Amino acid sequence: MAKIIGGVATTHVPSIGKAIAEQKQNDPYWKPFFKGFDYVHYWLAREKPDVAVVFYNDHGLNFFLDKLPTFAVGAAAEYKNEDEGWGIPVSRSIAGDPALSWHIINNLVADEFDITMCQDMLVDHSVTIPMALMWPGEKWTVRIVPISINTVQHPLPSMKRCLNLGRSVGRAVNSYPQDLRVMIVGTGGLSHQLDGKRAGFINKEFDQLCMDKLAGEPDFLTRYSIHDVVEESGAQGVEFLNWMAMRGALTGRVTEVHRNYHIPISNTAAATMVFENRDEAARRAA
Amino acid sequence: MKQDIPGTTLFDGDQAQKGLALNRMCFSFNSAENRAAFLADEEGYCRKFGLTAEQRAAVKSRNVLAMIAAGGNVYYLAKLAGIFGLNVQDIGAQQTGTTVDQFKQKLAAAGR
Repeated sequence: MAKIIGGVATTHVPSIGKAIAEQKQNDPYWKPFFKGFDYVHYWLAREKPDVAVVFYNDHGLNFFLDKLPTFAVGAAAEYKNEDEGWGIPVSRSIAGDPALSWHIINNLVADEFDITMCQDMLVDHSVTIPMALMWPGEKWTVRIVPISINTVQHPLPSMKRCLNLGRSVGRAVNSYPQDLRVMIVGTGGLSHQLDGKRAGFINKEFDQLCMDKLAGEPDFLTRYSIHDVVEESGAQGVEFLNWMAMRGALTGRVTEVHRNYHIPISNTAAATMVFENRDEAARRAA
Repeated sequence: MKQDIPGTTLFDGDQAQKGLALNRMCFSFNSAENRAAFLADEEGYCRKFGLTAEQRAAVKSRNVLAMIAAGGNVYYLAKLAGIFGLNVQDIGAQQTGTTVDQFKQKLAAAGR
């Protein structure tokens, strides 16, 4: 059976892609952020995932605002990245796992999540930058199942809905008959706002609350409406919805094992977290 | 609901309808060929996408707040800004009426 080993959440700011291309990892500006991945690399080397389910938001590469799904699940054998118009290098493509994608799609729809299914899907920096951060030199060996959440055009799905979407994905993965080690990724955030007279807004206190509650009390965070999240976390801080879905997919006993938080990267409060997911049987054996 | 967070315009159905032509033009800037076509003939390129007079004036003036007022979504506007080599600190400074250095200092101060 497939086993969910844990999750990684990370910021996906486009300029990280440029910093990687220009090898600025040890520059004083970038080091506090990139250092936060040492543990992630150690954890991935130890845990050896086969597949990553990636919750992210498209910023106008695969989807335009004319036809914008609230939730879309990739079911491609390969995911390509392309020019996004803001000058970050194009990533190499990433292998998919169509069989697992369709298993997740079937289970989500049976569970009344009426998602969009995508047999062709470009993935933007919101997927490729976390991949490049987790596996420097683009040396990933995992396959991915990308799941896009609309965080761009309101109305957005609620915090509760995204947590429950993640839970449904978690149940689907747990019922997959193949022996796979599956990790869950949530990308974006934390607090930031790019637009309007409030551009540059960052809220350390709210970010810390979100990070503190995520492992043990994710349901606590569902009290915040989308309007609240925009107010507390900034207009683009709503990317935290991807983190909620990631957390939802960790269906066992969840422990936070790593956290790095640094302000600022670009206009953003940058954060990286790692969670372990232990099932009940493993807990009894331990 | 839309206007009650100071300095923030939620990109909702009203904005989405208003901004469709402008955002569609910015979406086209994913292609290097289209970015070059815009630079070669800005007026003609904007006309091709059917920008409203308000949108055309906002683009012409390079004023991000005016583009948002005309329905622009910031992720799409960032593709336009990229043509001029401007990043999100540059457009942040413009929108908040500060210098880029002051804007960066404000960001850094949020971490202390």
